[in-house]
Amino acid sequence: MLAVPGRHRSLALLGAVLLAQVLLLAVQIRRDTQRVRLIRVWAVGAVTPFERAGTWSITKVRDTWNGYFALVHTHRDDQAMKAEMDRLKIQNAELQSQSAEAQRYAAMLGFINEHTEVPMVAARVFAASADSTSHTFYINRGEHEGIRRDMAVITADGVVGKVLYVYGHVSNVLEITDRDSGVGALLADSRIQGPVGGTGEPLMVMKYVSNDDDVKVGQQILTSGQDQIFPKDLPVGTITEVKPGTPFKLIRVKPAAHLDQLEEVMVLLTRQELTTKPSAAPASTTPDVPAPTTPPAKH
Amino acid sequence: MPDYPQTETHIEVHKFRVWAVVAVAAAALLLQSFIPVYFPRLRILELPLLITLYFGFSQRNPSSGLLLGMVIGLVQDSLGSSIIGLYGIAKTVTGFLASSFGSRIDVDNPLSRFGLTAGFFIIHQGTYVLTRRLLLGESEVFFTSHLAIAAGVNAALAALLFPLLDKLRLPS
Repeated sequence: MLAVPGRHRSLALLGAVLLAQVLLLAVQIRRDTQRVRLIRVWAVGAVTPFERAGTWSITKVRDTWNGYFALVHTHRDDQAMKAEMDRLKIQNAELQSQSAEAQRYAAMLGFINEHTEVPMVAARVFAASADSTSHTFYINRGEHEGIRRDMAVITADGVVGKVLYVYGHVSNVLEITDRDSGVGALLADSRIQGPVGGTGEPLMVMKYVSNDDDVKVGQQILTSGQDQIFPKDLPVGTITEVKPGTPFKLIRVKPAAHLDQLEEVMVLLTRQELTTKPSAAPASTTPDVPAPTTPPAKH
Repeated sequence: MPDYPQTETHIEVHKFRVWAVVAVAAAALLLQSFIPVYFPRLRILELPLLITLYFGFSQRNPSSGLLLGMVIGLVQDSLGSSIIGLYGIAKTVTGFLASSFGSRIDVDNPLSRFGLTAGFFIIHQGTYVLTRRLLLGESEVFFTSHLAIAAGVNAALAALLFPLLDKLRLPS
């Protein structure tokens, strides 16, 4: 038997633990399967109920605050008002507090109604990634709602990302700003193509656009549909900076979707093209999956 | 021979109930994935690292420090999108070094806690980036201004958070 001196025991343990984790990394790189790792299933299963409860609590507290406590100051300033006016004001404020949420739902429902030919699922964002370097978040819809890996996630404003991991009633979404993310894209005006990739920062980059091509700040970028994930012609973002580079232009892109304010998103259950004019939409489209086009369930 | 007075630096080892360590680590991981939904700017915080450092500094046992770091790191990896093991390795190394430091110097002073947390934050991120570069072949940048700001913010939070966590110590 090898006797490890006491003072070296922790060093030996450190070496063993690091070696084990390096091997774990190597196994994952070698077997790049589509299956979700068991440890991930356990971790997500253990944490998401608390996060859902937290989201529910915050929503309730926020509604209560907006609907009542935030009005205390206004109420004091206006003591001369009659009791009926007070009641109406409180009622009005309660309605106002709900209006932002209702507007978001309305925008989503409007989008869904404009594209009834495309099956999609609305979902609520309830948690972000614990990994501060990756841009991912969790939604309250999963395999049981028809969601599968690599499905496109959007808002009425534009592309948000794609489904990375799918669990029972939860999915993990990779934002387009994540450095591992990429979208097949093209310029709306000139139809020049080039993938748009995340950088881990708020702005993305459009790659492989020749220095000879005419690209201007403010131009819109749309999905090209060539990545087999996002349907064609969805808004990706707007060009904020263009510089000549070697060998390609350096183009920075601001995402069209408000990724810092995501509360509800839609998951497209198909890759079929979204028509911009609903009246011109083909009537006989057969969705891949039944379309539960409902607003996101509250917790 | 003259009899000189001997000076001896006494470093106290603090103990915690197991449930307290588990609960604090779980709460840190939960908050880490929950807070950015409502406050995106707080993505800069690294609560799991702060907890790893705190228990490393306090328990002053390199073996338990590295094991706690490994568990917290692996769970953090599992709740993210990257390959599992990147944060595991970074926090194993950080937990080991923090415990080793804690057994040699006084880490209960707020100023030293600030400085050490900032330093270990950079070591942690450096280990993370090094692992990505060496094992995944990715071209990560070692030092950015964002890293310096994040180190300062996390160190400031540590100076506020650690005294609260001190209340969980078992009386010696």
